[in-house]
Amino acid sequence: MTLDLDLLPDGGVPWLDASGPDAAIVLSTRIRLARNLQGHVFTPRAGDGQRDEILTMVVAASRATPRLEQAVVINVDQLARLERQLLHERHLISKELAGLEGPTGVRHGAALLTTGDVGVMINEEDHVRLQVLMSGFAPSRAYAELERVDRELGGYVPFAFHPEFGYLTSCPTNAGTGLRASVLIHLPGLVLTKEIAKVLQGLTQVGLTFRGLYGEGSEVVGNFFQLSNQTTLGKSEEELLDHLGKIVRQVITYELQAREVLQRNAPTVIADKVWRAYGLLRYARSLSFDETMNLLSGVRLGVGLNLIGDLSVYTLNKLLVFSQPAHVARRAERALTDPDLPAIRADFVRALLDDDAQRRPRNGPAAEA
Amino acid sequence: MRCDQCGERPAAIHLTQIVDNTVSQQHLCEVCAAEKGVQTEASVAKFPLSDFLASMGKTVGPAAPAAKEGGRCASCGATLEDFRETGRLGCPDCYRTFEAHLRTLLRRVHGASRHVGEPYVVATAGGTPEADADDSDVDGLREQLRRAVDAENFELAARLRDQIRGME
Ligand SMILES: [Zn+2]
Ligand SMILES: [Zn+2]
Repeated sequence: MTLDLDLLPDGGVPWLDASGPDAAIVLSTRIRLARNLQGHVFTPRAGDGQRDEILTMVVAASRATPRLEQAVVINVDQLARLERQLLHERHLISKELAGLEGPTGVRHGAALLTTGDVGVMINEEDHVRLQVLMSGFAPSRAYAELERVDRELGGYVPFAFHPEFGYLTSCPTNAGTGLRASVLIHLPGLVLTKEIAKVLQGLTQVGLTFRGLYGEGSEVVGNFFQLSNQTTLGKSEEELLDHLGKIVRQVITYELQAREVLQRNAPTVIADKVWRAYGLLRYARSLSFDETMNLLSGVRLGVGLNLIGDLSVYTLNKLLVFSQPAHVARRAERALTDPDLPAIRADFVRALLDDDAQRRPRNGPAAEA
Repeated sequence: MRCDQCGERPAAIHLTQIVDNTVSQQHLCEVCAAEKGVQTEASVAKFPLSDFLASMGKTVGPAAPAAKEGGRCASCGATLEDFRETGRLGCPDCYRTFEAHLRTLLRRVHGASRHVGEPYVVATAGGTPEADADDSDVDGLREQLRRAVDAENFELAARLRDQIRGME
């Protein structure tokens, strides 16, 4: 089985259009709910047959619910590694479901149901992980959507629920609400002013945690951070989202203040940094992924500071997603280990930026769609 | 994610370290964290981590009553040892089998053990939870209510009570 990306509504990356609130700083908001089926062994302990059963039950239930009826079913366990990594790079499936690490590889029965906005990972660490991904900073809207899907699905398959502990999950760190809300946020101002350490330390003191671009265990590249709630039990869904919302607002304010400081105290240094980044992306003949992310961060800051006029956030988001390793390799029909990938990546980045430059000054998401 | 220290057990404790303005994160399993003497904020209050781990290894202890069935979950066969090794429980019933241990663990991890979020009413085959209420649903709710009261989760108990009234 090969992955037909045309089947994915919006390519599975509807947040690219940067249509949400504060989308220049907060790329996307993601919420996930961990659920398990009552009376069934958790995925890590289950055998192939038991996972097949879970898959059958969840898919059958989804066909009966209004919001998942039309969802595309992708049997992740039948995909090649490159394609699984591609889905992971689009934030449609977790590293765990993609089976990208560990000796065991992808788990039998691993599957994804997706409508574009809403996805259901099946046979992840938990039987079911519902997730929603939206452009910009939109926790309430995202949760409202996910809650409906949760209620519909939970009406057809019995979720494991304990009167004291709440929703039961294979790892106790997710029990209770099973809710993890995270925002992918770009904080170059705080990094350049060296305020970031203080801010991140503050976050961990108020029950938030931060990660890199790809979630758990990933490195911070390109000044992109994922901020999310640390605990899932003892607070209501609303409280968890409210709290995250308040803190993220605060972080956005700090970031904007830091950018002001940079503009005021070192305008030449910043302008030089931004335009060098743009120049390299526009003309380099070989780009590694990490370098691309760091340069994109500089250019994104330039757009935020109005130093680079008409470059659209949509183009920046597109560059961010499509210059990732599996995306570059798959488009060029090369292996992930191919030594030409940095050159192919540079060609792609150059072409997209040329394209964007030619559209000026009348570009924007609408003109590019 | 695996523990940075031993590379074997799953990481359960995530530490943020800041040295010379560089931020790094360390991910440790419970065992390695205990060895390094790391305690999370929630654990400091009541249970030192080492005591907790010690109580998990034994089947008897004053604060942690023995798990039923010789420490084995009757539904899936998992033991506390399995949990300690993998960081994952075997099945939903493990939460009942190892209830006392897990309550302690949940308090340490989350700072609380009582769910105050959305309650869930068990699905009935092929319908929405509210759709076809019959006696068995009411019995199920009564059972949930009884456990909610036991657990002193009065908020949930009140909601369940209202639900039962509405169905009768
Ligand atoms: Zn370890
Ligand atoms: Zn069990």
